[in-house]
Amino acid sequence: MWQADRTMANPKASDILGHVLLVTGPEEFLNQRTVSSALAAVRAADPESEQSETMAASLTIAALGDLAAPSLFSSIRCVVVRELEDLPDESVDGLVEYAAAPSDEVGLVLVHSGGQKGTGVLNKLRKLPLVTEVKSATLKPSEFGRFVAGEVRSHGGRIDDEASALLVQAVGQDLRALAGAAHQLTSDFPDEPISESVVKRYFAGRAEVKSFAVADAALYGRTAAALEELRWALDSGTATVLVTSAFANGLRGLARFMAAPRGMREADLAREAGVPPWKIRVLREQSRGWDDRGVAEAITAVAQADADVKGASSDAAYALERMVLRVAGARSGR
Amino acid sequence: MTTVAPGAVWRTLVGQHHVADTLARAAAGQGMTHAWLFTGPPGSGRSNAALAFAAALQCPQGGCGECHACHTALAGTHPDVSVTRSETSMLYIKDMRELVVRSALVPVEKRWQVMLIEDADRLGDAGGRTANTLLKSIEEPTPKTVWLLCAPTLEDVPQTIRSRCRHVALSTPTAEQVAAFLVEKDGTAPPLAAFAARASQGHIGRARALARDEATRNRRREVVALPGRLTSLGACMNAAANLIDIAKDETEAITDAANARELAELDATYGDDRKAKASRTYRAALRELTHSQKQRQKRREMDVIDRSLMDLTSVYRDVIAVQAGAPGALVNEESRTDVADLARRTSPESNLRRIDAIFFARNQMSEFNATPLLTLEAMMIALRV
Ligand SMILES: [Zn+2]
Repeated sequence: MWQADRTMANPKASDILGHVLLVTGPEEFLNQRTVSSALAAVRAADPESEQSETMAASLTIAALGDLAAPSLFSSIRCVVVRELEDLPDESVDGLVEYAAAPSDEVGLVLVHSGGQKGTGVLNKLRKLPLVTEVKSATLKPSEFGRFVAGEVRSHGGRIDDEASALLVQAVGQDLRALAGAAHQLTSDFPDEPISESVVKRYFAGRAEVKSFAVADAALYGRTAAALEELRWALDSGTATVLVTSAFANGLRGLARFMAAPRGMREADLAREAGVPPWKIRVLREQSRGWDDRGVAEAITAVAQADADVKGASSDAAYALERMVLRVAGARSGR
Repeated sequence: MTTVAPGAVWRTLVGQHHVADTLARAAAGQGMTHAWLFTGPPGSGRSNAALAFAAALQCPQGGCGECHACHTALAGTHPDVSVTRSETSMLYIKDMRELVVRSALVPVEKRWQVMLIEDADRLGDAGGRTANTLLKSIEEPTPKTVWLLCAPTLEDVPQTIRSRCRHVALSTPTAEQVAAFLVEKDGTAPPLAAFAARASQGHIGRARALARDEATRNRRREVVALPGRLTSLGACMNAAANLIDIAKDETEAITDAANARELAELDATYGDDRKAKASRTYRAALRELTHSQKQRQKRREMDVIDRSLMDLTSVYRDVIAVQAGAPGALVNEESRTDVADLARRTSPESNLRRIDAIFFARNQMSEFNATPLLTLEAMMIALRV
């Protein structure tokens, strides 16, 4: 059975040139990283090398011919072909034929976006000796911590398990954002191992931002995202009253926006709703899923939660979760 | 049992004859005890009653209202009368410890050491430690110590404390009693006194403010006009914001003068010396003053909001009265047209629910310190017609 690498650590130019690199799998961020490191390897070996990108849909037989033909300047080339699943049927044979005997001066990188489409050509390519496949996989929840640790290591830093787990909670399961945060942390704290307290310091002051993220997600009706944001906000020590006040502000703006007379200018509308002008676009989008009755119901739920977190209920976290569910549920476009 | 002729200090109590009798007798030595608990709705004059009792205890004639002891006791300057009024929503354990120490002192004038706490309902800190500090002193009082505690209801005071107090219950005076008091005491014109008495619903201080101040009357008119306008979500949101604004205006009217006076007093103690004013002690004192003024402001604001809610309740009670065809004057007699209009558009059951919603909001704010604007928004939504 074909066993593909999940990532390609530090490829050399010789792994790419005269080969075909097949990049598959659902994790777009990892796929892109594989492509970038392949290009970087070739660029490092030959700074003069050409790099080009094309969509598979435009890969005609003629274009394939160009690919195989020796360049006029006989320079080293890297060609990235994206969305391999859209390769025209008549070009499949030509591509497979090329991949069977790739040019020594060409590094061909084929990116398949995942899904069933185009598996025929993938299977044909996989049988060829000079085709290397790097297949990304969706990470299991337990693997994000290891991903973070790998990222930190790649920047020459160290991070312990608790800290990487906290970082995943903080940033969410988005690889691009996690990689960015790992990079940021290693450059902000170059001389110390990254511990929980470092991560907390890094995210301090974001509590307010976090509580607005919870409210925004709920007002858009993204219940799962709102609950996830809420969990992180509370785990990172956000005061519960900040969460209820973010909801109150969001709903107040929405209610006032919806009550404003039609045909008002944006600046007047912003004043009427009591929000900064840029927020009007957000309110307009959010208001699509809401009617008066729903907003009224949501405000009632938030007012109850406000008293709950101040002592009317013994479990503040549960009170907030219930509020998120009630608010998202009060949306009319449910 | 001998009858005690009621002294002049009792005359400030409106409609509390039985209370005056009991207290006058106690001051004369019949049924005297070391701990008293005065309860009664806001404005019924529970702290006035306690203060009158303090004067009666210090007065050689049992509350003549004329002597030095009476004057100083009523003015809060008597050396053996300590009055504690919490400007925050909580009485602190450190303040309570100071009180307990003071309560054990021998009275200067050799009569009673009177310890008056106006907000015994604010004793309930989380662990009950403040209450326990007080409890010991009430259980084993020095012979000359008298504790006078005030609270809205018995339930507002920890069980351990109230079981050791003699209970004095003040009732809400009738509109007629309040009106008569205004006419006699302040010389208010009878029609205005009648309006103020009705609108205050038995709250004497409120009745006086309504009778004296046109701005206060105008603000009340704005509040009672709200129910009929609550026809849309936007209107409810506006009404909540208005109520907060009205409360802010009214609070400023009450506290601005006091704030300025306190600031001037502080400045005066430091004189015109620039150097003294740049000192750390001055700045610390200023910071503390500003802080306590803010606390007071906040508490007053809550009191004013609470009163506005009672004004709103009075409208719904009037509406229900009209719906039931009850005879007699409405609390908001001057808004009868609006009340009748609301009576046509709503059912009595829905108005009972509205009153419940108002009491629910009051409780959320007083019990749990819920955010006023948000709580009022939710309440106005529940009041929507
Ligand atoms: Zn006297």
